[in-house]
Amino acid sequence: MSNRTNKTILCALGGVAVWLAAGPVLAQDTPTLDSGDTAWMMTATALVLFMTIPGLSLFYAGMVRAKNALSVMMQCFAITCLMTVLWVVYGYSLAFDDGGGLNQWVGGLSKAFMAGVGVDTLSGSIPESVFAIFQMTFAIITPALMVGAFAERMKFSAMLLFMTLWLTVVYAPVCHWVWGGGWLGEMGVLDFAGGTVVHINAGIAGLVAAMVIGKRKGYPRTAMPPHSLVLTLVGAAMLWVGWFGFNAGSELAADGTAGMAMVVTQVATAGAALAWMFSEWAGHGKPSALGIASGAVAGLVAITPASGFVGPMGALAIGVASGWGCYIASVKIKRAMGYDDSLDVFGVHAVGGIIGAILTGVFVSAALGGAGLAEGISMGAQVGKQIVGVVATIVYDIIVTLVLLKIVDGMLGLRVNEDEETEGLDIVLHDERGYNL
Amino acid sequence: MKLISAIIKPFKLDDVRDALAEIGVRGMTVTEVKGFGRQKGHTELYRGAEYAVDFLPKIKLEVAVEDDLVDQVIESISGAAKTDKIGDGKVFIVNLEQVYRIRTGETGNDAL
Repeated sequence: MSNRTNKTILCALGGVAVWLAAGPVLAQDTPTLDSGDTAWMMTATALVLFMTIPGLSLFYAGMVRAKNALSVMMQCFAITCLMTVLWVVYGYSLAFDDGGGLNQWVGGLSKAFMAGVGVDTLSGSIPESVFAIFQMTFAIITPALMVGAFAERMKFSAMLLFMTLWLTVVYAPVCHWVWGGGWLGEMGVLDFAGGTVVHINAGIAGLVAAMVIGKRKGYPRTAMPPHSLVLTLVGAAMLWVGWFGFNAGSELAADGTAGMAMVVTQVATAGAALAWMFSEWAGHGKPSALGIASGAVAGLVAITPASGFVGPMGALAIGVASGWGCYIASVKIKRAMGYDDSLDVFGVHAVGGIIGAILTGVFVSAALGGAGLAEGISMGAQVGKQIVGVVATIVYDIIVTLVLLKIVDGMLGLRVNEDEETEGLDIVLHDERGYNL
Repeated sequence: MKLISAIIKPFKLDDVRDALAEIGVRGMTVTEVKGFGRQKGHTELYRGAEYAVDFLPKIKLEVAVEDDLVDQVIESISGAAKTDKIGDGKVFIVNLEQVYRIRTGETGNDAL
């Protein structure tokens, strides 16, 4: 999240001398609400929520078998509700409050229960209420992304407990590291809209969960084709549309950077979708609808950390790199390694996030059309910082996620039994069917 | 009386229906079925996971007719369902012992 350029120019009306002396001070001391920024951020918030429900729900539901379609949508829906409650109770405070002596690592609890966030409280040029709810939509989609990794076999109760713990000890601190005043942000790691916080975080935790919970019964010998790619394509299209709120909204203002973030989001997504499609066409002989949709999501993921920093050509490069890279990760590497990351949360979100986070350090360079490196920082140094951000997120995420899964396994058990898995989670866990045809 | 069952490609159903109506067939039963013959199945690929699909969707059409209509029915079905490509289907003919119309109680050819 970058800070807005303050609008000190308005103060020039009072005379040049006054402006020089008092303008910057005034702007810092009394932030004012900008209705344009506020209107855009309320819209962006709705767009990001639209990514999870219905976008991601449909994207995932279409890729599972018909007997589990409802369970996946139910998980996304329940995560939306649960994360909302946790966010206003303590999540927002842990992520964005000042943590005092621990501020490098985690926020404090003085904003728990949204204390002090009133009608007149501002965060920059927008109400803090809008900032908090915008950030909440990120805390919703990140756990929801993980659903794809353990789809078709995890217990609903275990999923709820795991997500509660994960938001508390993984998402909130990592979010604080990067955006809340913690050590990664202070070090100069660039993550505009959540390459590390959201996508690497979700992708790595998803992979850990898929490996701890284990493969689906019969994987990979039994055929498990997607039950409705129509739903998946509709969901992918909704994700794409919603992502403008995610990336352009992360500027927290309606300005030139937000406008450019919108452009690069579109360009990277298109480039990645085509890259995946052509890779598959070359490798298999036919282009597929699932391939082009997967590529689009890979591009959306990869441009996320870069979206406020790079130009259109940098975005195209990031898009093509992620489309090809995520294709290799999801189609080739997963097969070779044998883990059952059912809907490729690792292959798309972690790999796309890593590609995007590192290339942000390259294409931020003004020479490559970006917004420009910080003064005195070389491209190599920035890439180094990006790698530190990526590695720190991965290491912390793996260790803590592993511990959390073991705790939940001990308390509730992580997965349904074999018969229940065969029967399908819709009937077994919810006493319902997705389709009564 | 004969019971004629034909397995045909789904998109040929309308042509076959029209051809049979033309020669005076007044009823038929159609079922969506799956199966394979010489055509075998095909493969599907989802993000690198390749699945062999052995059973292809086909239409099974059943018509009960008087003996002297049998040759015409076979001709109509095979003429309308033919694409000259593998997978066009087959026609099976079996003897029909008795037919009974539920509403009127008619039997035999009268019930057809």
